[in-house]
Amino acid sequence: MNDRFEIPGRLKNTSLALIAVGVLTLIAGIASLLMGHNSNDTDRARFWAVLLHDSVFFTLITAVSIFIQAAVSLAQGAWLVAYRRVPEAIGANVWIFGTIAAVVMFLIVFTFKDSAGQNTIYPWVTPKAGDKILLGKGAFLNKGMFVGFTLVTVALWAYFGNKFRAMSIAQESAPKNDTKIYWKVFRLSGVFLFVYALTQMSTGPWLWIMSIQAHWYSTLFSWYTFASAFVSGISLIMLWVIYLKNQGNLELVTKEHMHDLGKFMFAFSVFWTYLWFAQYMLIWYANIPDETVYFKLRQQGPYSVIFYANFIINFCMPIIILMARPSKRNYFTVTFMAMVIIFGHWLDYFQMIMPGPLKGHWHINWYEIGIFMGFAGLLIFTVSRTLAKSNLVPANNLLLKETMVHIA
Amino acid sequence: MAIKKFAVAAYDDEAVLFPAVKKVRKSGYKIHDVYTPFAVHGLDVALGHKDTDLHIAGFIYGLCGTSTAVGFISWIYTSDWPIVYGGKPHFALPAWIPITFELTVLFAAVGMVLSFCYLNQIMPGVKKHVFHPRQSDDLFVMAIEINSHMSESEVIAFLKSTGAVETNVQMAEEGWWYGRWDKEEEYEKLNSSVA
Repeated sequence: MNDRFEIPGRLKNTSLALIAVGVLTLIAGIASLLMGHNSNDTDRARFWAVLLHDSVFFTLITAVSIFIQAAVSLAQGAWLVAYRRVPEAIGANVWIFGTIAAVVMFLIVFTFKDSAGQNTIYPWVTPKAGDKILLGKGAFLNKGMFVGFTLVTVALWAYFGNKFRAMSIAQESAPKNDTKIYWKVFRLSGVFLFVYALTQMSTGPWLWIMSIQAHWYSTLFSWYTFASAFVSGISLIMLWVIYLKNQGNLELVTKEHMHDLGKFMFAFSVFWTYLWFAQYMLIWYANIPDETVYFKLRQQGPYSVIFYANFIINFCMPIIILMARPSKRNYFTVTFMAMVIIFGHWLDYFQMIMPGPLKGHWHINWYEIGIFMGFAGLLIFTVSRTLAKSNLVPANNLLLKETMVHIA
Repeated sequence: MAIKKFAVAAYDDEAVLFPAVKKVRKSGYKIHDVYTPFAVHGLDVALGHKDTDLHIAGFIYGLCGTSTAVGFISWIYTSDWPIVYGGKPHFALPAWIPITFELTVLFAAVGMVLSFCYLNQIMPGVKKHVFHPRQSDDLFVMAIEINSHMSESEVIAFLKSTGAVETNVQMAEEGWWYGRWDKEEEYEKLNSSVA
């Protein structure tokens, strides 16, 4: 069983064009800052906040691919095996987005200052004298901790992302029915889930996103960002699987496998809503000014459009469109919903990050869209290159037969 | 519901049962039902059963739950007995969402359980004819309806050829009934005349 993916010229050109758009947007952004016209504090904050938003968003949604491999391997599930190479290829490229995100964040932490000498993106870098809350959090929220946790997180994700792929490819040339690699993957999956719980599900979003609102905190914030990343990460895998199917690859993947991914998209949209609402309702109910400040700007202020759009795109649309069984087995609805979900959660991250540095002056304009296109191009370029490097059928995988007869 | 005549075949192996089901359906006989001691995957497909509309019923039950909750709570808090608590408006929707969610789940779950029981004729107190005492032990039992145009002996011979370890002809109530097992006595009379 051999199934090679050759990158079509059109895909390669599209991805390179998208990267070019991203790079040009970045250059235009730098130029408009340097030229100095209307380069006030908000514009400078916008320049960095958009880079932070996209790099963190893409790091988190690609890291989901490592998580889903680990979770399914640990549960000894076979449903993923038919298209295992797709999450493997995405996971093996997490290091690229992680590195970009780390560089952007370190530049923000170490170099970004507004005209008053304040770091308006990460206010804990320059706490005002007498700010008891920030000084009290100083033991955790400081440059050393930020750099340390970020480096460890990115390094571990990079290691596991590449390791899972390498082990899966090594299985192809292993002796038939040899279980040595299978159990090694099983054990490492357990380790990775532990790592992931301590990074994506706690410290990562605390430091990278929640510390933008340094005075405010929410104990389920990381879960909320995880749910957001997970559902868009699953949608990303779905888009790649459908693309490869349309190219005539992945013969083993049937509608049964797509139905499984569709169920995840549906179920985790609801899970996201649950966390989104749980965080909102407790703060709304208690009505303590320290906590409501987060939603004051988002729900009633200039972000209210995004706040409600978020609810409609990420909850109402998936629950209405993806609830019925036939719509989860239809290429069109599933592709459409995958794109809608990725866009919706991009907006969700937007309204987590932007209100801090930009206050009311948010834009979704050429700069935001251009940078997003650049990252999307980079994702398409790197993942398609990784996919083309190996057999798309995980031949010799112990669960291959089980995945072929899988019924959703 | 009516009492009908059935040809009953018992099989002792799934591997025999599946081809037998296929052959019986191919020959045009109407399978009343197949009774197995445990859930046999794929048997519903082999028997040609379609998906039920249980999930659509579940969706409707859920909508009933949502509207009951929102309607009832909003009626209480806005018109029947409006109280200001915690400085919240009378129509305090976020506070009601958990209860609305729970009522949705409750209605959908209870409604679907009852519908499931109804569709499978397994309500408490409902009795059904047992074709073979070992159908819940170690035999796979298939019942085929016999009408006046069919020859009993031909059907039995055919069932034997499909690998049945035991065959017989029974008069039985095809549906369900409430009450005690009194009908068993009627069956015994009927079946003694068949045998």
